[in-house]
Amino acid sequence: MTIETEKPSPSAGGDKTAAHSSGSAREPQTGKKSQTGKRLQEQVSGRPRAGRLARFKRDRSLVFMALPAVLLLAVFAYLPMLGNVVAFQDYSPFIGFADSPWVGLDNFSRVFGDPDFWMAVKNTLVITAFQLVFFFPIPIALAILLNSLINPRLRAAIQAVVYLPHFFSWVLVVSVFQQIFGGAGLLNQSLRANGWEAVDVMTNPDTFLFLITSQAIWKDAGWGIIVFLAALSAIDPAQYEAAAVDGAGPWKRMWHVTLPGLRSVIVLLLILRLGDSLSVGFEQLILQRDAVGAEAAEVLDTFVYYTGVQNGDWSYAAAAGLIKGVISLALILAANKVAHIFGESGVYSK
Amino acid sequence: MSILVRNTRKPDSISQRAAWEEEPGVVAKAGKFLILGAVVLAVLGPLYTIVLTSVSSQATITQAGGLVLIPGEITFAAYQQILSGGVVTRAVLVSVGVTATGTALSMVVSVLCAYGLSRPGSFAHTPILFTLLITMFFSAGIIPAYLLVSSLGLINTYWALILPSCISVFNIIILRGFFMGIDRGILDSARMDGASDWRTLTQIVLPMSKAVTAVIALFYGVGYWNAFFNAVLYINDSAMNPLQVVLRSYVLQGVTVPGQIDVGQGAAASPALQMAVIVLAMVPILLVYPFVQKHFTKGVMIGAVKG
Repeated sequence: MTIETEKPSPSAGGDKTAAHSSGSAREPQTGKKSQTGKRLQEQVSGRPRAGRLARFKRDRSLVFMALPAVLLLAVFAYLPMLGNVVAFQDYSPFIGFADSPWVGLDNFSRVFGDPDFWMAVKNTLVITAFQLVFFFPIPIALAILLNSLINPRLRAAIQAVVYLPHFFSWVLVVSVFQQIFGGAGLLNQSLRANGWEAVDVMTNPDTFLFLITSQAIWKDAGWGIIVFLAALSAIDPAQYEAAAVDGAGPWKRMWHVTLPGLRSVIVLLLILRLGDSLSVGFEQLILQRDAVGAEAAEVLDTFVYYTGVQNGDWSYAAAAGLIKGVISLALILAANKVAHIFGESGVYSK
Repeated sequence: MSILVRNTRKPDSISQRAAWEEEPGVVAKAGKFLILGAVVLAVLGPLYTIVLTSVSSQATITQAGGLVLIPGEITFAAYQQILSGGVVTRAVLVSVGVTATGTALSMVVSVLCAYGLSRPGSFAHTPILFTLLITMFFSAGIIPAYLLVSSLGLINTYWALILPSCISVFNIIILRGFFMGIDRGILDSARMDGASDWRTLTQIVLPMSKAVTAVIALFYGVGYWNAFFNAVLYINDSAMNPLQVVLRSYVLQGVTVPGQIDVGQGAAASPALQMAVIVLAMVPILLVYPFVQKHFTKGVMIGAVKG
């Protein structure tokens, strides 16, 4: 999604100075040039540009409307950012932020020297890479397949079914898997009934990567097709016709028309996924970490949770969390830069 | 998303294969339906057997050796048992209460904010928008969030399940995108007639945005209903646990479902009890989903694309 933010137009600067000099809420008298700019602005935004005070008076109900959300974010998103100071302290809940001793970067050097932390990093990156290869292409293939259906009713019905699991909670999804593949689940029951060995799927660290990826596919691959379907419906049918007239068969049309039509969406989602590399299904993993053990299931988020909230090593966990947050931010910005270089619009445009 | 969404197909007309398009071969056709059939079965199969097991009698379950695939004797004993007071009943009430309150609050705050930001060039538009967007790129992390909630004294209150997750910037952006797409002429004429922004919002914009508000309300509602980790983090009093936490303890952690030990007459089978808890966690979603589902593409994609 490209989020367009209003670029400050040249006339806005003129308005500002004018409002200051006249000091009144009246329409500022500016030069002829910015008058035309203003008229242009009027056409674009539908609201005449006025002095700052006048604009506040005119728009104050809009500002008040946005206020509750801003306040909530200030408290629950921005205050915690400040709360990251505990990463530089030896924080104890009994002493509080103000009186906990400052320790500089000690927590960070402890984190970097901790093999458990590196294990969590490794697991996180392995899961991300694995799912990029085995999960990411599935919605694309499904969308193309679904789009080739001629009957719109059938298509809508299948869409309705495959979107559904996205709305189930992770607890529910893992429970469903437990019931089917668990030690006492459907699969093992029927294996035993036919005299075969039961297989261990839910608690086996060696196959854990496959397990969580299939869970993720079951839950979200269907939902993932929604954006590809939208992109597919935006491809001009005339392109297919022209290709067909030129003798391209179905596969050639897919390669030369369909896939190029999906390119920008694929790039965009790839960027988002890469920027999000360090977050892998937190709830999903925390639900199953006990069953398969930390060796296979410890990722960065669970590491922070267990060291901090469970073991009370607040400052240490906050340091690990802060490292993750900063690297994630850098990844998003870098991925977006790459997208711009490739001529795609990326997550946000400048 | 910088793709242009034009729905080139009319949803309810049976579209024909284009004249230039060749009829796919038998193998291709069969393969296509086989794959799609398998996908649909993979989604619905587990749900079918879970629902069926939850309403099966002990005898049927024993005979099937676990999950029931072929309907046998049907009984609703499991539901009677878990819904006649006790842990599950209380958890359902907690979840319903939190979901209803939270969704209402989230919708009010988000719709107001989205409308407030729907006119670029209005006072403080850009700074406010940036305040929102930055939180999409950097989140403070679990530890500071926990410390904040605990220093606000919200631990072991239902507010801890609502306030920290009250707004999703993503949802606001979708709503905003939709509001921005509403024909300016309509809004301008309302203003000419002397309607305030509040009135324009409630009497013109909202009635025009039913599909997108329904979808966003579904997103928020599902979020609250499914929230599991917030409760693990912020709620220590087991009497206040929402349904997801209870589901986890019964199905994944092997805690005995209350009443499971009674072997008295009419007692429900233990797999049936577990399945019944799973079904309870699904039911609200299955109830709301069909009504909102058809608006997904229309409501969400257009909003996101314009966002």
